[in-house]
Amino acid sequence: MSGILISGGDVIDRSGRRRADVRIADGTIVEVGDALAAGPDDRVVDAAGLVVSPGFVDLHTHLREPGKEEAETIETGSRAAAKGGYTCVVAMPNTDPTQDSVSVVEFVRRQGEVAGLCDVRPSGSITVGRRGDQLTPMAELAAVGVHLFTDDGNGVQDPLLMRRALEYALDLGVVLAQHCEVARLTEGAVMHEGHCCSRLGLPGWPSLAEELMVYRDIELVRITGAPVHILHLSTAGSVELVRRAKADGLPVTAEATPHHISLTDELLAGYSSLYKVNPPLRTMADVHAVREGLADGTIDAIATDHAPHAPETKEQPLDQAPPGMLGLETALGVCIAHLDVPLEQIVAAMSWQPAAIAGVGDRHGRPVAAGEPANLTVFDPTVEWEVRPAELASKSRNTPYIGVPLRGRVRHTILDGTLVVVDGAAQR
Amino acid sequence: MKHFRSISEAGPDALRRLLDIADHMAEVNRRPNPKVPALRGKTVCNVFFEDSTRTRLSFETAAKRLSADTMNFAVSSSSVNKGESLRDTIETIAAMGIDAFVIRHKSSGAPWQISQWTTASVINAGDGWHAHPTQALLDAYTIRTALNRTDSFDGLRIAIVGDIKHSRVARSDIQAFTMLGADVTLVAPKTLLPPSLDGFDPVTVTTDLDAIIGDLDVLYLLRMQRERMNEALVPSLREYTSRFGLTPERAARLPEHALIMHPGPMNRGVEMAVDPSELPGSVITQQVTNGIAVRMAVLFDLLGSGANLEAES
Repeated sequence: MSGILISGGDVIDRSGRRRADVRIADGTIVEVGDALAAGPDDRVVDAAGLVVSPGFVDLHTHLREPGKEEAETIETGSRAAAKGGYTCVVAMPNTDPTQDSVSVVEFVRRQGEVAGLCDVRPSGSITVGRRGDQLTPMAELAAVGVHLFTDDGNGVQDPLLMRRALEYALDLGVVLAQHCEVARLTEGAVMHEGHCCSRLGLPGWPSLAEELMVYRDIELVRITGAPVHILHLSTAGSVELVRRAKADGLPVTAEATPHHISLTDELLAGYSSLYKVNPPLRTMADVHAVREGLADGTIDAIATDHAPHAPETKEQPLDQAPPGMLGLETALGVCIAHLDVPLEQIVAAMSWQPAAIAGVGDRHGRPVAAGEPANLTVFDPTVEWEVRPAELASKSRNTPYIGVPLRGRVRHTILDGTLVVVDGAAQR
Repeated sequence: MKHFRSISEAGPDALRRLLDIADHMAEVNRRPNPKVPALRGKTVCNVFFEDSTRTRLSFETAAKRLSADTMNFAVSSSSVNKGESLRDTIETIAAMGIDAFVIRHKSSGAPWQISQWTTASVINAGDGWHAHPTQALLDAYTIRTALNRTDSFDGLRIAIVGDIKHSRVARSDIQAFTMLGADVTLVAPKTLLPPSLDGFDPVTVTTDLDAIIGDLDVLYLLRMQRERMNEALVPSLREYTSRFGLTPERAARLPEHALIMHPGPMNRGVEMAVDPSELPGSVITQQVTNGIAVRMAVLFDLLGSGANLEAES
């Protein structure tokens, strides 16, 4: 029987780091040990100098299909994910139509299976059409496997509705994830509110608008007992609020994006819409606080908020261009370049910690051990590289990292025992 | 200089040079036939994505007096309404062979984006809340001539009153006036100031116009838009006028030599609660006149090849 032998690599999983060879057959890890001999039909992957880890899991991917196929499709987004080392992505529900019904959610999952590059797990919206006024059929959606519910792109503004959503979700075993933004405080906002926006004459997005909703939702967790996941946390104040909530033992988790640990609002000075994102790039003090939150475990996961946009939409004036930047193919390189923490911790925040939040911990982020599903990433943790737009698998090109040195790059990705990326090239 | 997009980008040397050139242009404008061949064969395209009568007319007049060919592109008659991106629009016009774009856009930063997509010079005729550098130039030129301050504005006390937050005029004036040495005071409630002044040139801030009005050399009033009170920025226009408007009582307390300026269009009865024609210090019409000279200076500086200004066409 033919299989794969990954030889000579450093394995990193939740039990730590060690030298080991990994043999895969029939979608499963069958043997982990020293100096394993290749079988006659085994494909040997030389992993000398590389790290072998469970595949990455992205809690926050905009695949744009259905509705905005000119920016990304489930196939192109899955390919970008696989190239970034992801074996599972949670597809955000702000599609058109919204992922608020079983039929749309099933469509997204099926398209993911057809592409066969990544395990695509659709999220569901909390409210119908993400309009913030009526709950989606959460039990029906949970029954077909939806685990994460969010109105991402919008925060749920109505505190009563959010409270009811949490109470209703209590027995469903699902997680509500909040895009924290009090919309009344960010009307027309283009970038972080501070001295940069003042000088540039752009409407500001105050940190307060995020922090007020983080605070509100933490208090709703306290009275309902239902878990909440805070999406793309971006301010020092939010990090502190989550830190205290965790100290109180509340079931609150949080994610941060690679761009919020690497870029600041100063970059908007040239008015490039590549740097427009929601929540906005903040100050260096916020960047440091978010990095610290990742270092001390306050922030559980690195999530990309991969948000492809077609060039013609980004080539509009800053206030009209949509917010968002690509993330899947650069996440690892940005994180290794900008986080001063042990590599094990970065992998944890990109793999098993988000896997647990996404409810996919049975398939992804597993230990690298015999009997476990073969969803793995093999990456070079030290190589320096730069993004070349033409090489991106994503259908869009809106990355802010062109010409920025990154460190660490995915070489191979294995999904259910199949090499879907070899030497950085997608195999399908 | 390739572009003229903001005062800070141009810098103090260019600012002084442009003011000096404007002196020559003002002289041209006083001639019986106010036209010179300096920019003959050059094409200037006014691209106005936002309504503006006076600025567009001023630029067009300036270009024509320098013998440049002018084209006008107004958003209402354009394909922008058909979903064309800003980049496509600019590249299309640029392909017709343009030497300079004069850009007015309601979005801050549009002139910077546009200059990535064309090799032509870009002149900012006002972008969002951000900058209006030719307005600042004409304001500085007006002060310089009216107060005979050719060398510098050192020690000059200038108050800019009103909606600083939403004002591209204020942002550019602050840069120009402080660059020339003036002491600038912003007079506005916190609701009408930018969230942070950290990145600005040093200015003083007050809400008490009456405390400073007796010591001013220049009182610069900004337009107070009527819809601002619906955004809870001020309680009412009446209260705005009582705190920040130029009332007859305040006008009487201004020093005799002090200038009264306004970028227009004025809100009579709001920030301008007196008839400006009855104010001896008002230089509001001179501002408009000077606008042509400074815009000629900018066009000449960007596009001219040192051609002789003396020759008449």
